[in-house]
Amino acid sequence: MKKLLLLGDEAIAQGALDAGISGAYGYPGTPSTEIVEYIQRNKEAIEKDIHRTWSANEKTALEETLGMSYAGKRVIVTMKHVGLNVAADPYMNSALTGANGGVIVAVADDPSMHSSQNEQDSRYYAKFALMPAFEPSDQQEAYEMPFLAFDISEKYHLPVMMRVTTRLSHSRAGVDRREILKENEKHLPENPNQFMLLPAFARKKFKHLLAIQDDLVKESENSPFNKYTDGKDRSLGIIACGLAFNYLMENYEEGKCPYPVLKISQYPIPRKQVEKIISECDEILVLEEGMPLVEEMLTGFLGNKKIKGRMDGSLPRDGELNPQIVRKALKLPELPSLEIPQIVAGRPPALCVGCPHADTYKALKVLINKYGQGHVFSDIGCYTLGFLPPYQAINTCVDMGASISMAVGAADAGLFPAIATIGDSTFGHSGMTPLLDAVISKANIVVLILDNEITAMTGMQESQVNGRIENICIGVGVEKEHIHVINPLPRNHEDNVKIIQEEINYNGVSVIIPRRPCIHVHGKKKK
Amino acid sequence: MKKDIILAGVGGQGILSIATIIGYAAIESGLNLKQAEVHGMSQRGGDVQSHLRISDKEIFSDLIPHGGADLILSVEPMEALRYMPYLAENGWFITNTTPFVNIPDYPDTNKLMDEIKSIKNNVAINADQIAKDLGSSRSMNMVMLGAASLFLDIPYDKLEEGIKFIFGRKGEKVVESNLKAMKAGKDFAEKNKT
Ligand SMILES: Cc1ncc(C[n+]2csc(CCOP(=O)(O)OP(=O)(O)O)c2C)c(N)n1
Ligand code: SF4
Repeated sequence: MKKLLLLGDEAIAQGALDAGISGAYGYPGTPSTEIVEYIQRNKEAIEKDIHRTWSANEKTALEETLGMSYAGKRVIVTMKHVGLNVAADPYMNSALTGANGGVIVAVADDPSMHSSQNEQDSRYYAKFALMPAFEPSDQQEAYEMPFLAFDISEKYHLPVMMRVTTRLSHSRAGVDRREILKENEKHLPENPNQFMLLPAFARKKFKHLLAIQDDLVKESENSPFNKYTDGKDRSLGIIACGLAFNYLMENYEEGKCPYPVLKISQYPIPRKQVEKIISECDEILVLEEGMPLVEEMLTGFLGNKKIKGRMDGSLPRDGELNPQIVRKALKLPELPSLEIPQIVAGRPPALCVGCPHADTYKALKVLINKYGQGHVFSDIGCYTLGFLPPYQAINTCVDMGASISMAVGAADAGLFPAIATIGDSTFGHSGMTPLLDAVISKANIVVLILDNEITAMTGMQESQVNGRIENICIGVGVEKEHIHVINPLPRNHEDNVKIIQEEINYNGVSVIIPRRPCIHVHGKKKK
Repeated sequence: MKKDIILAGVGGQGILSIATIIGYAAIESGLNLKQAEVHGMSQRGGDVQSHLRISDKEIFSDLIPHGGADLILSVEPMEALRYMPYLAENGWFITNTTPFVNIPDYPDTNKLMDEIKSIKNNVAINADQIAKDLGSSRSMNMVMLGAASLFLDIPYDKLEEGIKFIFGRKGEKVVESNLKAMKAGKDFAEKNKT
């Protein structure tokens, strides 16, 4: 069969489809979005009617995943690294309930924060939860891992993690397909109490989870994805995790590294091979994309001078790896290269010309000029760019939904006015519950729900609250007279300023919904 | 055979179509390929780049190392310069000369051109103008692809197939104008390699 040219994300999706999933759940987030998007437009997935619509947020997505697993089916759930924080409650508990149908939790990390508000390494979550994790080094492995991952998940009745990082998520290469597996038949868990975490059951389940750890280590030791390659020169041994393996090989002609190399792509870390490389080599260099998880485990609290990596300064402590950083750590001579000429100016992203958010911020800016800076709590989406000149309209961006909750807290502390700006998709993700808090505590806030009718930031996904925002606000308890829909257009500027001013004057919860589609909505709208 | 190419431009200028066509042609020629691209935040009028690697051997890294690019191919002059650290000692620097000005501190264009002309192997081409003269201003990126085609070690007819493959859905006319644009870029580069 001809090779498929796939992004790392798409390879995971194709692998999951071919390994027999019945559903893919998730909430968009760079760099994970393309996994579900691929399944949404894949012909075979559509024919089989694999579940593939976006969920309201990562927590609901993971719980829906557990439901599908409960019913016996194989299922994948996808999110970006910070999405796993949102889904952490069901994630941690799913290590105790375990899985019935196989479960893959696919998480895409974004070291160097190309489009994220922090950098975190999801392998720590896998370790925390005592769950196996898979970390592909290339697109072919990204395709093949779901097969083994589902087998392990079903063998141990335990969800497993697949962790990728930006560069693999968004890099394309040829992938060979394998034979396609059938979907599981629907079947309930053999043990009817499997998903019942009453303390009496949970204690037993936790002991069981601890008891199978040795078996999971053995799986890693025998994994086709963990490879030990011997080398003549034992002055150094290299442990390379996931994608870092490629940056290592890149620095040697045809990948012929003179040192012993242990490639780790399946966790918990394979004890046998780690013991071998440490006992046979004088020094160990650990290459990891993300945080120094393996390195920290090997050095321990008291330290171990033999172990080099991100903690001793051989590699930078933060940010993603690349071939030249790894080259330096290998003490190879730098390739001759030039500097960026001084004349080159930065070109930060900006709101598109004609963006509805721009007109909203222009109106809001009039009031900011009146009351002074420091009153606008914002959130995550295209509209976060309203921080930059010429708008300079917002003061915070923390995590999805925090605009409303922070405005509530600040209003409680006496800040006036306290204004929140939040996108429609972000509101659906995590804005409804803090709005309920606001109503209950009668907080004096103005919430602007910037409704561009789409999830724009992550590439135009359907917004779950589309067409429902007013009713949601009424349902939560916001007074009808203090819910306004405005059209953010230059010709409405004066009117819009006036409405915002009136609602600032109202002592209570006000919601203003500036509604105009993102200029890229037409034609691009996807399911 | 190995070609490492940095594609550069501003969000929305069409560098991903260039990458797709070269990628298609490479695969059809039986070569290995890796292509890393930027998604997300940087597409709102910010700088975008793609690392395109083609080889008859195994390709390891998805990213091209500093000092390793055989080609910088840019649809915008200042963006081309941003990736100078990637250029190999004998690499080629091929750029469109029409600036895309969406920032207040965009540099003086004469100084920008001086900088470009000082690079050893450069092809500077007013691809916007060439595309406009052909009556298809939207195929500027294909003019640039044509200019790069001399340095790719991929048969030209495979690139033509690539254009037919990705623009085929849009009809005969669109395919024709893109083919013409690519040819015009190739002709220009043949005459103006320095
Ligand atoms: C927990 C979490 N999940 C996902 C993301 C990725 N993400 C950033 S902004 C955004 C959606 C923004 O959509 P919307 O609120 O409608 O604003 P728009 O971009 O359309 O202006 C998403 C999904 C994130 N940052 N955090
Ligand atoms: S993509 Fe849409 S919402 Fe985002 S900046 Fe552009 S117009 Fe605004």
